[in-house]
Amino acid sequence: MKRERLRREAWVTHARALAARGGRLVALWGTERAEGRVLCAAYATPEGLQWAELPLAGEATFPDLAPVFHFAGRMQRALGDLLGLTVENAADRRPWLNHGAWPAAYQPLARAASGREAFADCGVIDYPFVRVEGDGVHEIPVGPVHAGIIEPGHFRFSIVGEKVLRLEARLGYVHKGIEKRFTQLAPLEAHRLAGRISGDSTVAHAWAYCMALEDAAGVELPPRAAWLRGLMLERERVANHLGDLGALANDAGLAFGLTQFSRLREDWQRASREIFGHRFMMDGVVPGGAAADVAPPMLERMRADGERLAKEVKSLRAILDGHAGLQDRFLSAGRLRPELAARLGVTGLAARASGHAIDLRCDQAWAPYESLEVRMATQRNGDVAARVSVRFDETLESLRLIGEICDKPPRGEHRVELQVPAGEAYGAGWVEGWRGEVFCALELEGGAIRRCHAHDPSWQNWPALEHAVMDNIVPDFPLINKSFNLSYSGHDL
Amino acid sequence: MQRIVWKILRTGILTEPVYNLDKLPEVARIHHEILHILGRALCIRQVDAGSCNGCELEIHALNNPYYNLEGYGIKFVASPRHADLLMVTGPVSHNMEVALKRTYEATPDPKLVLAVGDCGCDGGIFGESYASCGRVANVIPVDFAVPGCPPPPIDILRGVLGLARRMK
Ligand code: SF4
Repeated sequence: MKRERLRREAWVTHARALAARGGRLVALWGTERAEGRVLCAAYATPEGLQWAELPLAGEATFPDLAPVFHFAGRMQRALGDLLGLTVENAADRRPWLNHGAWPAAYQPLARAASGREAFADCGVIDYPFVRVEGDGVHEIPVGPVHAGIIEPGHFRFSIVGEKVLRLEARLGYVHKGIEKRFTQLAPLEAHRLAGRISGDSTVAHAWAYCMALEDAAGVELPPRAAWLRGLMLERERVANHLGDLGALANDAGLAFGLTQFSRLREDWQRASREIFGHRFMMDGVVPGGAAADVAPPMLERMRADGERLAKEVKSLRAILDGHAGLQDRFLSAGRLRPELAARLGVTGLAARASGHAIDLRCDQAWAPYESLEVRMATQRNGDVAARVSVRFDETLESLRLIGEICDKPPRGEHRVELQVPAGEAYGAGWVEGWRGEVFCALELEGGAIRRCHAHDPSWQNWPALEHAVMDNIVPDFPLINKSFNLSYSGHDL
Repeated sequence: MQRIVWKILRTGILTEPVYNLDKLPEVARIHHEILHILGRALCIRQVDAGSCNGCELEIHALNNPYYNLEGYGIKFVASPRHADLLMVTGPVSHNMEVALKRTYEATPDPKLVLAVGDCGCDGGIFGESYASCGRVANVIPVDFAVPGCPPPPIDILRGVLGLARRMK
């Protein structure tokens, strides 16, 4: 990882130049150091990860990146809530994460704030949604408490008849102060918090955090540890894809799919518990490696389980593919065309379903994937059917990878000791979770965490959902939403 | 269609059966006792008040064929107005405080509340802060709490039973 300081005039031109040669924005965040506030951005470049910094030297505004990278908009608004920094001449001054829980003058991520302050009711902030005017246009507000068992968020639909003209999401409901909480935990303990940023991506977030810490401490991960982490990450991908495939079939009216996939998922989670001690493998990734080693009989079992599951998945795929009623709901629903996906900076699974070959497991050299030759799954249609298809392909590919890992795991330690550096140190972690690229930026000082920014790919993909649902009918929203399955908690932090 | 029927037949019934009470696996025993106490269906409204979503995944699992919650007349409903019981997860975020209170108000009697997960029980790893109110009981009255991070489905089922026993 390369850390680079930029001047204010260069902030946007630098981004533009990167975008022109195929670079992508990965995350945007702010930090306060002894020198003052610093704006940071992580970019994916053909040469790898780049960490760009803009020291603000007392200024409270910064140049707008949204014209270059669309999804920067909301992250920039979040900076206002958390650190009092705003875009120069901002057009949209609505707060994003603060719904009135803390006063506007309070900056939770500032060094002066303890994070434990409690505020008397500041009143619910009025949030003006963008209005669509016209004959017969009306609004449907949904949430924050939804009808199903899902995370809270608010969706405002502007519709005419049953057609969606516009969807505007309002998120931030589950903001619980995770980034500040990081600074109160010891670096060797905080992987547990990272593993609770988004329960469905506990392995990915914990790995990204640990990778950042190992980067900062200059620790080389033993090969066996990387393979064990790979096993866990692929198991997490399979578990989530199984859950989503069942839910998608169910949302399109085929309850049979939910029953079948949910039983497979239950078997899978029970096995994770037996092998890694936890149904989601929470706290299985620890600083310096993996919490526990896996004995040869268990590796053998995992390989056999994987083969059996692959057969089941293939037979279910044949059924789903051949079901005319189901395909009728899947095809052309919630379409995100490749050009739009590129313009919006979509990432992960959703990007691959819209024709973009982005997968860190193939694009970047990191253990264990550099020696596994992952076959990337892509589709061009960008509809629900494409996202279903990518999930099927990835499930089978993950099962193949699990088989390969179990066949020839390197010998040696599963964990090494990690010394937290005493001085100032920086590190970054970047992992392809099941939803997309999970990123973590870490700053250490005096053996403690000064700042930890955890980034979930849902930031990139939430705005894309708003576009994908346009011109679809309202009753298709749950299906389209599920086909993206974005995280609220991972986004709200 | 044929293939679907074939697959269903081959999969068989995974839910542990309810007859022969003494030899039953725990899932079936719990279901049986809940049914015995309530003598009717139980409607649950789940509210995520700030969780990491881990608890929700395990609550979802209650509906898989192994735990088969709906098969025993315990079902998740779409509105608090239809619910006997609120199943609440997460440390309550300040941004969800009002929504949770309103959901509670909208729930008719007996208005039972089951807090699920370490976060719901005591704030968990997130604790109390400028953005988090901590445990569910800090915001609405809680009748029963199920610890665990996240609690596995069988523990949540035990929690529902614990709550049902109190209704006796
Ligand atoms: S108890 Fe654990 S799984 Fe449940 S919300 Fe809290 S951190 Fe997530």
